[in-house]
Amino acid sequence: MKIAIIDYGMGNIHSVAKAVALFGARPVITNKKNEISSCDKMVLPGVGAFDDAVLELEKQDLISVIKEQVDQKKAFLGICLGLQLLFESSQEAKIKRGLGILSGRVVKFRPESGLKVPHMGWNDLKVVAGNCPLLDGITGNSQVYFCHSYYPDPADKSAIAATTHYGLEFASVLWKDNVYGAQFHPEKSQATGLKMIKNFVERC
Amino acid sequence: MLSKRIIPCLDIKDGRVVKGVKFLGLRDAGDPVEVARAYDQQGADELVFLDITASFENRKTLVALVQKIAQNIFMPFTVGGGIGEIEDIRNILNAGAEKVSVNTQAVKFPQLISDAARRFGSQCIVVAIDAKKIRKTEGGRQKAEKLSADNWEVFINGGRTPTGIDALAWAEKVARLGAGEILLTSMDFDGTKDGYDLELTKAVTGKVDIPVIASGGAGSLEDFYNVFAQAGADAALAASLFHYQEFSVKQVKNYLKERGVAVRL
Repeated sequence: MKIAIIDYGMGNIHSVAKAVALFGARPVITNKKNEISSCDKMVLPGVGAFDDAVLELEKQDLISVIKEQVDQKKAFLGICLGLQLLFESSQEAKIKRGLGILSGRVVKFRPESGLKVPHMGWNDLKVVAGNCPLLDGITGNSQVYFCHSYYPDPADKSAIAATTHYGLEFASVLWKDNVYGAQFHPEKSQATGLKMIKNFVERC
Repeated sequence: MLSKRIIPCLDIKDGRVVKGVKFLGLRDAGDPVEVARAYDQQGADELVFLDITASFENRKTLVALVQKIAQNIFMPFTVGGGIGEIEDIRNILNAGAEKVSVNTQAVKFPQLISDAARRFGSQCIVVAIDAKKIRKTEGGRQKAEKLSADNWEVFINGGRTPTGIDALAWAEKVARLGAGEILLTSMDFDGTKDGYDLELTKAVTGKVDIPVIASGGAGSLEDFYNVFAQAGADAALAASLFHYQEFSVKQVKNYLKERGVAVRL
């Protein structure tokens, strides 16, 4: 199985590539449309600012191929900013809209009542969709690594597969058909995160 | 609940771990990947790699090392040491570090913080602050005019150069400029094993609403408890205590859990 790790110059591709390889998939680090469409699944990583990321995807002409492959029901995993980009808009963005693959928006944590922003470190996952293939075997008290100031606020609440509490309960894993997203970094979340990558390779 | 973090710090020179890690059973205690893996197994929450060579020629070595670590260790880590260019930050993040830590260059060019935060997001920009308490001199006059008594002064260049900048004011400023975290080292307590500087840490955590990593002085299990319970730190960093196996990360976390601190076990 070939998994495209979409390399648009924003963030860590190496850990994800190595992690999927651990579970027998062949990672293809690429920003080429034909290589992406020749893969069986896709991962969109991302570290950085929302506007810059959309601009890069536009500049490298990657948005159409991502949408096309998602429409063809290929499994897609967005990580952190790579998840946020799937929504329609973000409070972080000044000029750009998101890809609109998931309905809803991305909003900022508010540093009220002593809440520190960014949300940084290991926090609990509360699994909402027990049947989500990405979360297979993930127990209620699993902790994963977060590093973000903005969080997804999906319009379609049925797309929430897991939540995390930080000042409020927010959607930390999204799942709609063949589209999966993690607000945390599975590739940095030690055994729990690797289990999710394994699930993505084997079950999604 | 968000856990308090325990963070071992490794000094790196020319791509190798220095200031002796004395782990038993390591084939090569100078190999950053191998040391990182050992801390991963102990349950460390993050790692900090501090490049103490930090010269231009070594940048490529550092980026290659970051990539190698990211390909082998599936845990978050921060890289710091002599970083002053947006391009350096981009290369290190793209190579697989979660966060980049800036210190001297941020003091000299504070705009580096805002530029980097705008480009990469606050969450990956750590500002390291080395602070030392200012004591009144015999004549009752203070060392630096801008500083009031019982305050702390920011030092740069690895603690060699005083700046005359008030550490609390600087902490507030870096948060305002978009830093996502402060790595706060007490020069007075560093290396003493007398415990973290609770007074300094508390003063900083009281001023900013971004996470603060306390550093310098850890010598006992209780020191970790105190910096979380009394000084409001979000994470505690230690180097030699872990490298010389006085305590393992696991021991520290077990102790904290017993005392009611939220940690990840």
